[in-house]
Amino acid sequence: MEYFIQQSINGLTLGSIYGLIAIGYTMVYGIIGMINFAHGDVFMLGAFMAMIVFLALTTFIGGVPVVLALLLMMIVAMLLTGLWSWTIERLAYRPLRGSFRLAPLITAIGMSIALSNFVQVTQGPRNKPIPPLVNGGITIYGTNITVAYKQMVIIIVTVILLAAFWYLVNKTTLGRAQRSCEQDRKMAALLGIDVDKTISMTFVMGAMLAAVAGTLYLMFYGVISFTDGFTPGVKAFTAAVLGGIGSLPGAVVGGLLIGLIEALWSAYFSIDYKDVAAFSILAIVLIFLPSGILGRPEVEKV
Amino acid sequence: MADVQKIEPDSVFAKAVKEGLLAGALAFGLFFLIVGFRTDQNIRNELVLNQRWGLLAIFVLVAGIGRFLLTAYITPWSEARSKNKRAAVEKEQSAFRKSFPKIGLGLLLIYPFLVILILWAYNGSIMGGLQGSLKYVDNFGIQILIYVMLAWGLNIVVGLAGLLDLGYVAFYAVGAYSYALLSTHFGLSFWLLLPMAGIFAALWGIMLGFPVLRLRGDYLAIVTLAFGEIIRLVLINWTVVTKGTFGISGIAKATLFGIPFTPGPTGFAALLGLPNSGVYYKIFLYYLILLLALLTAWVTIRLRRMPIGRAWEALREDEIACRSLGINTTTTKLTAFATGAMFGGFAGSFFAARQGFVSPESFVFLESAIILAIVVLGGMGSLVGIAIAAAVMIGGTELLRELEFLKRIFGPDFTPELYRMLLFGLAMIVVMVWKPRGFVGNREPSAFLHKRKMVSSEFTKEGHG
Repeated sequence: MEYFIQQSINGLTLGSIYGLIAIGYTMVYGIIGMINFAHGDVFMLGAFMAMIVFLALTTFIGGVPVVLALLLMMIVAMLLTGLWSWTIERLAYRPLRGSFRLAPLITAIGMSIALSNFVQVTQGPRNKPIPPLVNGGITIYGTNITVAYKQMVIIIVTVILLAAFWYLVNKTTLGRAQRSCEQDRKMAALLGIDVDKTISMTFVMGAMLAAVAGTLYLMFYGVISFTDGFTPGVKAFTAAVLGGIGSLPGAVVGGLLIGLIEALWSAYFSIDYKDVAAFSILAIVLIFLPSGILGRPEVEKV
Repeated sequence: MADVQKIEPDSVFAKAVKEGLLAGALAFGLFFLIVGFRTDQNIRNELVLNQRWGLLAIFVLVAGIGRFLLTAYITPWSEARSKNKRAAVEKEQSAFRKSFPKIGLGLLLIYPFLVILILWAYNGSIMGGLQGSLKYVDNFGIQILIYVMLAWGLNIVVGLAGLLDLGYVAFYAVGAYSYALLSTHFGLSFWLLLPMAGIFAALWGIMLGFPVLRLRGDYLAIVTLAFGEIIRLVLINWTVVTKGTFGISGIAKATLFGIPFTPGPTGFAALLGLPNSGVYYKIFLYYLILLLALLTAWVTIRLRRMPIGRAWEALREDEIACRSLGINTTTTKLTAFATGAMFGGFAGSFFAARQGFVSPESFVFLESAIILAIVVLGGMGSLVGIAIAAAVMIGGTELLRELEFLKRIFGPDFTPELYRMLLFGLAMIVVMVWKPRGFVGNREPSAFLHKRKMVSSEFTKEGHG
């Protein structure tokens, strides 16, 4: 039982990261119906930004308190990754709006290839290890279950961000504009909403969450490489689909589920086949719930 | 009102300056960290920062000046040009266009001999011509034709039936491993295993097809992607059978009616009294893949005229209408998956025979993405367009391998190899933005009333999945 709880905690940590990335997929999908394949690489870029900020802090300033360093890494990574995502949307996706459905998918795949290779060219192909930022952990009283501080950081940051994000989407004008664009873009435009700007902001918000996820990933694993965008990206997209693509709570639920499946499968069965397990469960869930766990079934009017 | 009039005369220039400055600032923001600093490991394996402000300045200047030139000169110029030319452009190209497939096919048929002849003339000796042609026949001819065949195979699923398949490479892998395993363990010949590989891949296509039939659009896409990844991960981890990441090597070569392409006395060269060379096998492989690709094209063209092909296209255009007209969508989708997968399997077994080595490395998602990109860039459904797209994209990246001369410009540390995939990705974006409908966007209707009329690209609607 202790082992199970321990592995579940590990799974939830991983799942939080997937959930943060999945929100970016699901929001973009909800608003323009496009799979943003470059999102995984945006996440990787965010992690690189955080890594460079960390190095800049240690090189130029020296001993910065860990909390401050983490905050700075997150904020800078969020801002710059948001800028990247804005530019990507502007250059590669906006010209193709109103074109047929697969066109932006192809530019997104192209952007994904270009981004990871750009990072490889500018930063070199090797893994980038950083010294551990957060050490230690606590043992829950009377058991052998330990929760590392870095896991706590991940879960706390995720909860805070999700709360802020929920507020943004449900209570602010921007959020209302986003939700209206999601329902009917043409109607929203007729009612005076700047659709292009709203879509740009959606991309920026998704990228910011991905940048935080990247920072947390870097902090948790202590290493990042230019290829690290693909697998978490695909997993997060799987999570978004599992939860029902287009649904924000679905993305988080899906992320946590994928994280749990991975951790528990590795713990009880075989670590080699953990991805196979995650993908197979996706296929099985979709057979019985074709629109995901929290997705609304699509009703097509003729 | 007064303000507007005052700005009007030099507005293009002023706007260009403003946009240029903005683009420069944006580029500074984008590249400040990622280009301005480079992280490298020092001797203790710790990361250290190196500063590269010069490179950053180049990036910023290029972005700023580029944007300035674009708004100030290029956009007005191209707008003026397209206004003038709009009327004249329509009629010029039809004669060449109509016979383009025939010319292309003729060129493909004589391509290896053409290369040998040119190199013979260039080198002055027949052996020079033969050996020199190896690279062009293999790297360009065979490589491009494999992708043409794969893209034509995927075209059946994506272009005709409108099902978005992101895991096509899985069937390619199934074909390759079927041939590799059955030939190394049981010593079966290529010609027996080629159809078998196709059948196996088709069976996998049906296996994948069944669970995902109820899914629509992008749910289907992610399941096919997951399927491709599952196949790859199984190939990596099931080491007893597949030898994992080491791959299977020493796969038997294909033979021509039992004549092996080996240097010995029973080999092809000795039997025909030709000088020994590896090039015959390559030329043989070239014609083999050309034949397989043409088979794919022929089957596609024939199927489009059969009820099943019509059903695919109907399914692509409107699934609900399709169902209400009594078309069995289940079998329609399954046959599309199976047929597409079968050609993937053929291509896979050819790939294994050509390389003599297969490993999971060859079947990553990137391959699926490239094949899909070729289909879409070619203008989904158009066989000629897809062939052009394959030649441009694959030939282009192969050309980038040849850019050794750039080393003389940028110094010996410059490796053009590194920039290959970066440029490939950027080219995908640029081509797509430039021609969103693909190279050949308009389409011949498969059913018509009196006269065959081209469907203009503006009216082709696809990808409902």
